[in-house]
Amino acid sequence: MSNNVYGVVLAGGIGSRMGNMEKPKQFLDLGGKPVIIHTIEKFAIHPGLKEVLVLSPRAWVSYTQDIVRKYLPSGKAVTVLEGGATRNETIMNAIRYIEGKGELEEDTIIVTHDSVRPFVTHRILEENIRFAGEYGACDTVIPATDTIVESRENDQITDIPNRRFMYQGQTPQSFRAKKLKELYESLTSQEKEILTDACKILVMKGEHVHLVQGETFNIKITYPYDMTVAKALLGLEEKEC
Amino acid sequence: MLNTVYQLVRPRRFEIAFEDITMDQEHILVRPTHLSICNADERYYQGKRSEDILRQKLPMALIHEGIGRVVYDPTGTFQVGEKVVMIPNTPFEEDEVVAENYLRSSKFRGSSMNGLMQEYVETTADRLVRVPEGMNDLVAAFTEMVSVCYQATSRFDRTAHARRETIGVWGDGNMGYITALLLKFRFPQCRVYAFGVVESKLSDFSFVDGTYLVSDVPRDLRVDHAFECVGGNAAGQVINQIIDYINPEGTIAILGVSEDPVPINTRMVLEKGLRILGTSRSGREDFQGLVELYRKKPELPEYLEKLIGAVVPVKSISDMVTAFEMDIHKAMGKTIMVWD
Repeated sequence: MSNNVYGVVLAGGIGSRMGNMEKPKQFLDLGGKPVIIHTIEKFAIHPGLKEVLVLSPRAWVSYTQDIVRKYLPSGKAVTVLEGGATRNETIMNAIRYIEGKGELEEDTIIVTHDSVRPFVTHRILEENIRFAGEYGACDTVIPATDTIVESRENDQITDIPNRRFMYQGQTPQSFRAKKLKELYESLTSQEKEILTDACKILVMKGEHVHLVQGETFNIKITYPYDMTVAKALLGLEEKEC
Repeated sequence: MLNTVYQLVRPRRFEIAFEDITMDQEHILVRPTHLSICNADERYYQGKRSEDILRQKLPMALIHEGIGRVVYDPTGTFQVGEKVVMIPNTPFEEDEVVAENYLRSSKFRGSSMNGLMQEYVETTADRLVRVPEGMNDLVAAFTEMVSVCYQATSRFDRTAHARRETIGVWGDGNMGYITALLLKFRFPQCRVYAFGVVESKLSDFSFVDGTYLVSDVPRDLRVDHAFECVGGNAAGQVINQIIDYINPEGTIAILGVSEDPVPINTRMVLEKGLRILGTSRSGREDFQGLVELYRKKPELPEYLEKLIGAVVPVKSISDMVTAFEMDIHKAMGKTIMVWD
């Protein structure tokens, strides 16, 4: 496996204005620690990752640095960077950082992950590193349990794909960083707007994106309901979201 | 960090739970790699413990035999990536006389605290021992079981009188095999006889000085000391046979676990002046002594390779169930879960 592997934790979103703001979900408390810290810890502890890059909205960079310092032991290579305007731009910021260090090689791998998925496991990270190395890219998924209904005009069904072939995307998504950068830069600005998912860029360009088996509990904490589920998974009593 | 713990919630049912781990300056984190199933785990899994015990102990992560790799060590004792054996006994006090594994205050993984079926195991430096370089992972996985026999032979050495021409080991299963093997390696001058019920199993005891079916033991055969490695419902019969064949003032070490009280021929225990030595589990000293023996005598782990049974890659709960179900049907040997 490549020794040149970076964890890229996407703390997403443009962030809120200072003042009367709502705290982004990744900074909410889950069992005594911000959600994002649980996620960073999983990355920081994985021996296959040489450095963990945390991409945070501009307004939250210092805050993220502060909580990383507070909760993570010293000596762990965690660097907080500013995210971009879109998810892909944020990933590009991480790749530019690696390039700036002179470490963007053919075999450099990035394991990108939503900061609000703190239940990611060692096995999922391990397989992401392995398959990104072997195939160039991989995406973490679980088989779809609900029937997927397609509606192109949003008022009637245009298709019901066979569920057997449907999966729900989770993260991490992992890539050979140099290749992803080249492909991204080859897109027109219109394509960049449409292709919001990094794996989709590779699929559109005919590249192999391998599947990594996710976990049903690798949930994304997006809505208050998700926080209730996360607290229940941790055996905590729900008080507020 | 949200650590995934795979707990047995009721017989034959594992479920996932999460526990928060804080990376502090004292605790080491180990990623389990090879976990070995013990009969004690099976008794919980199959619901063979009493209702009361099951109610009291479950949910709990099983498994107390296993190795892993260090992923975080703030104490600097181990390098990240080093392969270690995890010691399941966890003492909370020290005692000048009573060994750590007999202190009533000690906890034990997979019995009174969560076992090793976890994403990461949080432990301390004194609960870890380095795996010797080049050692087979599948054998290293059941080091704990071997350390229990190591402790039994050490206690025997401290307790039994000096006449040790012949030692009998009753039991043709894993425990009997390991105990007989350790006796031959640690006390090579002694003649070791193995006693069992299955001839084909006894034929694997190639290193002993004689094997006997318990139904066909020569009437005039005598042993100076004996180890009982059977347990269960047959424990009484076995112990009473040992009492018949042991020389006066001999020591009987009992290793086999029985759920029910066992009636034994106390009249002959008294008449022969026998010593009965209970022995269970092990502590850090035993692990260290055993690993040192592995280093000095590499042919010892080679003999133990014979005990590797099913090797099951595990990355989901259904794989865990597969491993435990396969283990039930084994004739002999250890079922190892390769923890993926």
